[in-house]
Amino acid sequence: MTATTHDDHHDHGPAKGIMRWITTTNHKDIGTLYMITALIMFFVGGAMALVIRAELFEPGMQYVDPLFFNQMTTLHALVMVFGAVMPAFAGLANWMIPMMIGAPDMALPRMNNWSFWILPFAVCLLASTLFMEGGAPSAGWTLYPPLVLQGGNNLPFAVFSVHLLGISSIMAAINIIVTVFNMRAPGMTWMKLPMFVWTWVITAFLLIAIMPVFAGAVTMLLTDKFFGTSFFNAAGGGDPVLYQHLFWFFGHPEVYVLILPSFGVVSQIIPTFARKPLFGYSSMVYATASIGLLSFIVWAHHQYTVGMPIQGELYFTYATMLIAVPTGVKVFNWLATMWKGAMTFETPMLFAIAFVVLFTMGGFTGLMMSISPADLQYHDTYFIVAHFHYTLVTGAVFAILAAVYYWLPKWTGYMYDERLGKLHFWLTTISVNVCFFPQHFSGLAGMPRRIPDYAVQFAEFNAMSSVGAFVFGFAQLILAYVVIQSIRGGDKATDEVWEGAKEHGLEWQLPSPPPYHTWTTAPDIK
Amino acid sequence: MTEPSKRRSSNVRLALGIVAVPLLMFGLGFAVAPFYDRVCEYFGVTPKVRAEATADTQYRVDPAREIALGFITSVNGSMPLEFRVEVPKLEIHPGQYYTVKFYAKNVSDKTLFGQAIPSVAPVWAAGHLKKTECFCFKEQEFAPKVEKEMPVRFVVDPEVSADVKDMTLSYTFFDITAKKIQ
Repeated sequence: MTATTHDDHHDHGPAKGIMRWITTTNHKDIGTLYMITALIMFFVGGAMALVIRAELFEPGMQYVDPLFFNQMTTLHALVMVFGAVMPAFAGLANWMIPMMIGAPDMALPRMNNWSFWILPFAVCLLASTLFMEGGAPSAGWTLYPPLVLQGGNNLPFAVFSVHLLGISSIMAAINIIVTVFNMRAPGMTWMKLPMFVWTWVITAFLLIAIMPVFAGAVTMLLTDKFFGTSFFNAAGGGDPVLYQHLFWFFGHPEVYVLILPSFGVVSQIIPTFARKPLFGYSSMVYATASIGLLSFIVWAHHQYTVGMPIQGELYFTYATMLIAVPTGVKVFNWLATMWKGAMTFETPMLFAIAFVVLFTMGGFTGLMMSISPADLQYHDTYFIVAHFHYTLVTGAVFAILAAVYYWLPKWTGYMYDERLGKLHFWLTTISVNVCFFPQHFSGLAGMPRRIPDYAVQFAEFNAMSSVGAFVFGFAQLILAYVVIQSIRGGDKATDEVWEGAKEHGLEWQLPSPPPYHTWTTAPDIK
Repeated sequence: MTEPSKRRSSNVRLALGIVAVPLLMFGLGFAVAPFYDRVCEYFGVTPKVRAEATADTQYRVDPAREIALGFITSVNGSMPLEFRVEVPKLEIHPGQYYTVKFYAKNVSDKTLFGQAIPSVAPVWAAGHLKKTECFCFKEQEFAPKVEKEMPVRFVVDPEVSADVKDMTLSYTFFDITAKKIQ
């Protein structure tokens, strides 16, 4: 294929002005849009988290009333999951997958534009509930009935927002599947795919299977509230526990949607900075696929306390523990990749190593909670808050930060400021532990989550947590500064950016920054 | 290398094929609702309102065993209903049929509709308490200021595990008047 045989592959650059971004079908532009949205939402969701931590700095009621506090816990989670982490990974996928598999663009570029542009509207719909009577949804991000049905007229807004977010991510997922199936360069066989691409393909399959179930469940909430159905209404023969099953059938694979691409990112970064190929590549592929499959059959471990037959408790306990096996395979492979490697510790590598250590800690607390009799103590306490923030902040968010530092010089063509990057890393890593580690203790001692006040015995741990949270939050401004600085200029980045990176992926064979259209002629794959 | 137009149409074909998955999963979410009821019934969790009364099955009465069966009545929310039972507790023999009368009085001046939801504790004995007649089988209509007598006929089958010494049968009335008037 050459650029002259048909009309929509001109050699000139992008259109000028705002219309470039609204009408773009270019995977790099759409990737950038996703990443900027994610960064903004990261700060919005972070501000909500700081409202929570300010209120919890000391016992008693200080700044906000309980209803608003509950709105903050609900929206913080929804914004971070659907507005920050998922769009950030969609952005990375858009930018990197075509460049990594030697494709000129995503397979369905117009749908790609659409799947991005639905996102800001969905988020606005959700955020608008903050300004209506009765406020935003406040029943937690799980939107459990009957509580969520008692919350005023924010429900339809939240439900339609979930529908739109679902459509957006399903379209993005379909696009990624089709791209990887159909657009790989000749010679790019399945078992040569970069790990980041593999993890995204599996994530995309999870997404198309689970987002519709969530959409269905929230639709039932809507009809229960406004059209007299009784899916979750005991008086009409329904059962609120059914919602929990539907939600977690979505919710459990969803947490792997957030973490599998992180595994992919780390599997790209560690080999580059250890200057060795990834150890156990094929076992990594199979481990990722097993985690994906297992994620569908363990959902009820989120509901041990709602009443389940003993057979159910046993089954979900054992099935959940099984997930530790493929996850362990991945962790040991990363360690083996670093073993006797010629390692250097640039910012992306620091974040990747912190990911391996801290995510594993989050994994271990997950293993503790998989034991159904023990989980009765942990359920709905700060222990679980600590657990999922270790997996999602020091897991997913750290992987995104690592990915941004790793690929930023490729995207912008300029090196970021390594000193500021290191400062950002150390502030982030220390403060995130000051924030979340004490929550293990307050949780084990019985502090419940989603409550704006607490017994005085938890005061010290909460004060520590809040200090950590504020340092963490403001440290992220360094990230914003570093990104803007690197877009504006600086030292020119070389094509391979990192020493020897050319051997670790096709993207490093392209110039930095890459031209608007890349791989219009497919690369040669050894 | 394939022609761009040919590749584009194969992309669209694959995408349309994949769209079947989300559509199927959306439908599956709704199909789970009746399936869930079936599973709960099988495992005996959250006993549901049965559509009709079952005929009396004959069991071997076990006069040696006694179970203390307590009754609890409650009304959900602010429904203007006085709901009580003739005896708070009954010593019963497994296998023997009993009838206990419940009373509910509408204290408002409007007609009320209510649905009673039963619950049996402990949960592992719940499947063994069999009701052959119950006001909870259907919606109840209460005329203003009128008290209604509602008998419940039941048996605890002798299969119930030997360590069950106490059981509780509780009913909660839910106000469904607003729904009925619509």
